[in-house]
Amino acid sequence: MTSLLDRPAAQFGSALNLVCRECGTTYELGPSHVCEMCFGPLEVGYDRELQKRVTREVIESGPATMWRYGGLLPVAPIVDLNVGMTRLVPAPHLARELGMRSLWVKDDSGNPTHSFKDRVVSVAASAAKALGFEVLACASTGNLANAVAAAAANSGMRSVVLIPHDLEPGKVVTTAVYGGTLVAVRGSYDDVNRLCAEVAGEVPWAFVNVNVRPFYAEGSKTVGYEIAEQLGWRLPEQVVVPIASGSLLTKVDKAWRELGSLGLVDETPYRVFGAQSSGCAPVASAFRAGHEVVEPVRPSGIAKSLNIGNPADGPYALDVVRRTGGSIADVDDAEIVDGIRLLARTTGIFGETAGGVTIGTLRKLLASGELDPGAETVVLNTGDGLKTLDAVESVSRPTATIAPTLTAFREAGLFE
Amino acid sequence: MRVPTILRPLTGGQAEVSVEADTLQGVLDALEASHPGIRTRVLDDDGKLRRFVNVYVNDDDVRFADGLGTPTPAGTSVSIIPAVAGG
Repeated sequence: MTSLLDRPAAQFGSALNLVCRECGTTYELGPSHVCEMCFGPLEVGYDRELQKRVTREVIESGPATMWRYGGLLPVAPIVDLNVGMTRLVPAPHLARELGMRSLWVKDDSGNPTHSFKDRVVSVAASAAKALGFEVLACASTGNLANAVAAAAANSGMRSVVLIPHDLEPGKVVTTAVYGGTLVAVRGSYDDVNRLCAEVAGEVPWAFVNVNVRPFYAEGSKTVGYEIAEQLGWRLPEQVVVPIASGSLLTKVDKAWRELGSLGLVDETPYRVFGAQSSGCAPVASAFRAGHEVVEPVRPSGIAKSLNIGNPADGPYALDVVRRTGGSIADVDDAEIVDGIRLLARTTGIFGETAGGVTIGTLRKLLASGELDPGAETVVLNTGDGLKTLDAVESVSRPTATIAPTLTAFREAGLFE
Repeated sequence: MRVPTILRPLTGGQAEVSVEADTLQGVLDALEASHPGIRTRVLDDDGKLRRFVNVYVNDDDVRFADGLGTPTPAGTSVSIIPAVAGG
């Protein structure tokens, strides 16, 4: 590894240092993620003066990718697979069905490996390169595995990806195909993650969700930036975000606060809502119980991409939801499948199980009165349904199977 | 006990240290005696596990067991691992 001192500062964008979110201790920019004083997570700190140079004009004249917000990110676009600027889709039919006034779907299935994880990996891989690493590694519930393997292949790095052994076949194939080392671990995601943290202490690899996590996590802010820009430089009144580790939810909030404080949008109030699967709902449980700490659970259920029983950013997700006056709810497997089908039937967007969780939770929060049907709302679809076909296979069949004759078509009642 | 990288400065660089104690609390107390500073990194001012520390006794998260009261008979392995995100 090369010393940071040999590197031009420009490689780290407007990043200034790493700051402990718990006790505020600061560290030099580098491959570390834990505070030596209190084990708190480190977060990138920025040079405010550099960030203030970012204007709407600077952003709008940038590339049609997440790197148009490069001035607000902690590294230069060294690894760039044309990630981001995914579509923000108006969903009038879904809104009508749910009795809502205005609803949008931010569809991140349109990223290169079909999930929002391409955003975080672009930043993590760029930071890994800037810091002199040659191996890109991660623990993953699937989507991150795809993104890491692809980014490594694209940038000439070696990849090492650890996954739970029972992942959906659609996520195993879409990782292994890029080459690299893929390790199936007989255990839950939390077991895999723990192993990863231990392996990370032994090898000089960039683990996107361990030692370069402060950089990685910042990539999620670009979802928030894009929503605001695509709405015409303003914030929605409500947003529903799925929760796995809780990082995405906190970074959407961070993005909107940054845009507000930099004067890029008006600081209008918004409420942040979290969505979990009932098979793994530690953050929703903590929210309902009024706790500030998240009790770990052993996950089950079909929304495997969200099955993190010990969510590292759970406490911060709770803080954001409570501060903004939002809520967190969870939905069971049947409601998740219904959510996938409802989204597909009314918007033409095929989301993965996490998308089903979000739509199911949207419906549940409307029914409970916690979400305002009259307020403009954005929901996040974070991944592609093609990766979790097994979830809807049994309920997504041909309407009829017939002989190739007009008579058969008529007899099957298809003219009605 | 397996020592995480960030605590190794306190153990003279050792990745593993051995102590004798009946419970996890006892292990941390014994470690504090031999390697001062460790306990305050792992426990907060109220003596509870800090919220971003995961401790495993024989591969089981102690929050699924008896927390600091989790028994640690002879031969038990203890790991302290920072919480990590991902997905």
